[in-house]
Amino acid sequence: MSAPLLEVTDLCVSYGKIEALSNASLRVGEGQIVTVIGPNGAGKTTLLSAIMGVLPSRGRVSFLGHDGQSPAIQDMVARGMSLVPEKRALFATMSVEDNLRLGGFRFHSRSKREQDAAMEELYSLFPRLKERRGQMAATLSGGERQMLALARALMGGPKLLMLDEPSLGLAPLIVREVFRIIAELRSKGVSILLIEQNARAALRVADYAYVLELGRIAMEGPASQLAHDPRVVAAYLGMAGKHQEMLAS
Amino acid sequence: MNLQIVMLLGQDGITNGAIYALLALSILLVFTVTRILLIPQGEFVAFAALTMAAMQGGTPVRLGWLLLALAAAALVMDSHAAWRRDGRIAVRRGPALGVAYAAGLTALTTLVPLAEAGVALQALVTMALIVPLGLALYRVFYQPIAAAHPLVLLIVSIAVHVVLVGVGLLMFGPEGARTEPFSDGGLRLGMVMLNSQTIWVVAVSLALILGLYLFFERSLYGKALRAAAVNRLGAELVGISPELAGKASFALAALIGSLSGILIAPITTIYYDSGFIISLKGFVGAIIGGLASYPVAALGALLIGQAESFSTFWASSYKEVIVFTLILPVLVWRSLSHHGAEDEE
Amino acid sequence: MKPGVLSKTPTVKPAVPMPKLSPSAWILLALLPVLAVAPLVLPTYQVTLANNIGIFALATLGLVLLTGVAGMTSFGQAAFIGVSAYATAYLATVSAADLPGPLAWMAGSPLAGLAVGLVLTFAVATVLGAVTLRLSGHYLPLGTIAWGLSLFYLFGNLEFLGGHTGLSGIPALSLFGIAFDRAEALFYLIWAILLLAVVATLNLLDSRVGRAIRALRGGQRMSESMGVDSFRAKMTAFLVAALYAGLAGWLYAYTQRFVSPAPFSLQAGIDFLFMALIGGVGQVWGAVIGAAGVTFAKQWLQDLLPHLLGRTGNFEAIVFGLLIVLLMQRLPGGVAGWIAKVFERRRHRPTGAVDDVDLPAAEPLPRREMPAKGEVVLEAKGVTRRFGGLVANRDISFTVRAGEILAVIGPNGAGKSTLFNQLSCVDHPTSGEILFRGERIDGRTARAMAGAGLSRSFQHVKLLPTMSVLENVAIGAHLRGSKGVAAAALRLDRAEEARLLDEARRQLIRVGLGQYLHVEAGSLALGQQRILEIARALCADPCLLLLDEPAAGLRFLEKQALAELLVKLRSEGMAILLVEHDMDFVMGLVDRVYVMEFGERIAEGPPETIQTNPAVLEAYLGGVE
Repeated sequence: MSAPLLEVTDLCVSYGKIEALSNASLRVGEGQIVTVIGPNGAGKTTLLSAIMGVLPSRGRVSFLGHDGQSPAIQDMVARGMSLVPEKRALFATMSVEDNLRLGGFRFHSRSKREQDAAMEELYSLFPRLKERRGQMAATLSGGERQMLALARALMGGPKLLMLDEPSLGLAPLIVREVFRIIAELRSKGVSILLIEQNARAALRVADYAYVLELGRIAMEGPASQLAHDPRVVAAYLGMAGKHQEMLAS
Repeated sequence: MNLQIVMLLGQDGITNGAIYALLALSILLVFTVTRILLIPQGEFVAFAALTMAAMQGGTPVRLGWLLLALAAAALVMDSHAAWRRDGRIAVRRGPALGVAYAAGLTALTTLVPLAEAGVALQALVTMALIVPLGLALYRVFYQPIAAAHPLVLLIVSIAVHVVLVGVGLLMFGPEGARTEPFSDGGLRLGMVMLNSQTIWVVAVSLALILGLYLFFERSLYGKALRAAAVNRLGAELVGISPELAGKASFALAALIGSLSGILIAPITTIYYDSGFIISLKGFVGAIIGGLASYPVAALGALLIGQAESFSTFWASSYKEVIVFTLILPVLVWRSLSHHGAEDEE
Repeated sequence: MKPGVLSKTPTVKPAVPMPKLSPSAWILLALLPVLAVAPLVLPTYQVTLANNIGIFALATLGLVLLTGVAGMTSFGQAAFIGVSAYATAYLATVSAADLPGPLAWMAGSPLAGLAVGLVLTFAVATVLGAVTLRLSGHYLPLGTIAWGLSLFYLFGNLEFLGGHTGLSGIPALSLFGIAFDRAEALFYLIWAILLLAVVATLNLLDSRVGRAIRALRGGQRMSESMGVDSFRAKMTAFLVAALYAGLAGWLYAYTQRFVSPAPFSLQAGIDFLFMALIGGVGQVWGAVIGAAGVTFAKQWLQDLLPHLLGRTGNFEAIVFGLLIVLLMQRLPGGVAGWIAKVFERRRHRPTGAVDDVDLPAAEPLPRREMPAKGEVVLEAKGVTRRFGGLVANRDISFTVRAGEILAVIGPNGAGKSTLFNQLSCVDHPTSGEILFRGERIDGRTARAMAGAGLSRSFQHVKLLPTMSVLENVAIGAHLRGSKGVAAAALRLDRAEEARLLDEARRQLIRVGLGQYLHVEAGSLALGQQRILEIARALCADPCLLLLDEPAAGLRFLEKQALAELLVKLRSEGMAILLVEHDMDFVMGLVDRVYVMEFGERIAEGPPETIQTNPAVLEAYLGGVE
């Protein structure tokens, strides 16, 4: 593994007396796509929220100079970490363009010209958003919203992009588009931590993968290996475990 | 009642209504960004008016001391937080500058006689005192519990109001005060004589509303504040911190409040505890706007101004009763147009 | 003791167990002798102070219920006291000739004053409550501030109420021939009323209505779906608080023998809230602690501060205000909350006494007539739900029969939750129909459906973490009881309450949580909390169970136990619909599976055929090639 950009050690998160995440450790190397798969309620969203500092946690998070407990969200944003949450968290009553401009808020001291240039670069990646630039975010379709959420995160010039279920509720064509963009981002040097219920697609695009079950990392390994691990196949790639033969073939 | 009186009352109503509208906007701004009902909004108004009066009357200006105390508290809290986080006391630049600023301004206002400085400069000094006061209030009282239940925020708001009224009595004494009008004379418009202060109030209010509009629609910082109100998590994820948004909205509220106080001081006698009743009329406006709509809130506040003005004519001693009872039909209407149980957090 | 003595005694019966006393009963027992002798030994000045504390505590008690328990805030408590005090004072001082003929008898009658005071307080509170309590939490405090001010100015301007000077010359209170003319006599009256109010409040909280009120804070969605009328529960709390204020006002008028607007100002309303907060919201005894603490501190500060500041004024408000801020920042539970926490570490028992359920089992509650096995219980006909341009459900149709388990599955975002919300009447279809036992239910409220036999669990567990497991489950049986506030306060509801709690206990034993009856629900593991939700749903005696991802976050053995429970329920004729993500869990359990993707049906049938259906495999294995 290349030098880790993000290293998480023994991360724990509790809601009241319930421990949602216990002693999770993971690493994301420079330029890597790492995926975390697991069933609903396993703590995947909790994991990302804790790394980003949205939720208080115990354990060590080390990312570009931050090295300690329970990071602060502003700190992480300032260091170049970006999260696209499952619910997208768009500014629904503001225009697409405003959403994007605010995505680059951490560079607010930049000149107008630099900001415009960044916008244009992004629009070339998401031509659809350029067409919709004046529209309110709330009026976009599900796929467009996901694109906007992704684009807004990219306006922050992230070193590490964390995506929580980016294909959730999207039509197959758009899911394909999302994964195309993910692959393209990697080629531009953005590291990605990806949470996906679409385990097969996630394992295909990722370099390394973790399996999270009941708040614990149950398995890890290179994505290509996990994709063929019989337990993973049974639990996440096949239905009810009965189709592993079919899949293996 | 003849037309002359109607025009006179209407003019009064517009003057007061404009002030209430400003306050309603500021209350809404703070509420949507921070979920705090800014009960102490009225104290910005009263403190500004009384500070102006103190400067003009040549009596000691004591507001600087309050600012200094809050700035010092902010510094202590900040250092304490740093100590708890890193295990060592560190003084950050921001809070230290805050204390220096407050000390400087306190020295200026206590040592330099400002009685002859002119209204414009006096107003400037007043705002220079009160805007950072808003910021410091947020830092000291609200920031540590920014994520708390709205009920807790409301209680703290009430407590802060009570504290400020007490401190107001200490700083300004129990006597009321009125300041000199900005300019003499007036403007004859047909058969109506427009009071010069009315023109000032309306003009400044309109300018302020236009300024706010441009700020929120055009500037990145204004948009950032709106974003914090629309989606808190989204705002945090793009680096708009809730502290920043909270402080900015409080500073704006203090700016609006102090301007309102400066505008109203030549028209009404203001006492140390007058702010609450004035701001409450802004709250009624905000309620008419459903704690959400800026234009409806402003319109509602203008209506309150008219209702107050005309009830002064008909039943002077029942003025407040009528104005605050007006909230009832508004609530009935809100309640009827509202469906289902309220979603809890 | 010598062994011989013991052997002589015939068979020793086990002693009748001492009835377990709740902490409140202990406090009462300790307090009574102190209160009995206090007026005899204290100087009159102190007794007067104690009288004021008692009156303040009574008003504060209402706020504890309203703010601490129900999570609402009112600044109108002082105004309510004022309404009642003025009514009392007016009737006590008016001459019979000044009243309209039929009402002349009221002049000078303390009981008439009490009745009119309470009726007026009630009327004002009803109006205020009716217009604010349906709205979000900010409208009640703002409404009470506005009305508190309004009433204050009204008192000061009404000629017949004496304007700003007020009404004086109220005669001493005399009830049934007993004269309460001295502070010592009033002391007993005030504190007796206060203690009765405290006991009534404790009783109320430990009842069916009390659970509904306690669920207001953080559990409204849940309790509504169990049939609790949240608005009514809020109104109840608000009216009880107003009633206490009314009582306090009556006592106030006869204690001071003089009323004027000043003590009923908004400032006083704020003071009451401060008393409740300092004492500790949510703790009934906190009202007494808060009232006493604030009153003593105020006295002390009023002596001290003018010396320090060299001026007189309402400067103690600064201290109290700062204290409240500090309290909210550091110790939101108040003094009593802090005490309770310290004690709770030793006694591992939730608030609200539930001991009596350990007594013999009560008569079971009547059950509803269950539909015959195979009867269609739930039917969706062409259900479509749009959100703006987005179609979340398109033309969904299926049936669920009694004695059958139907699973709705599909990948995340397939529209299962939207469908579930419509089935449970939280949301309504844009077009199409939902029928429950042959009747259309789309458009009806979740609360109405709870009574009809439709019961549900939640995807994200919704329970009241600080309430006991037993009480959480008893909320499910809310509609199977009928006793109201008065019955609860007077403990006339015990038979019904025992039956409700016994039902809850039975359901908890049935689902395997029998040993956790008295622990705080929040201390259960997530899996157990999910099972608790099913017990709560069962407590409503449903014929249809809607379960939203019941197996999420459960461990293997827990899943097995859940499956066994569902199989048992099915065999008893229950119709069950579950939305699930966990395929293993579903496949071995259910009769039929309905598969959704992108808001539409893609397959339907028995598990065996679903497992080999190519469209389903495609959806689950990912369509990205």
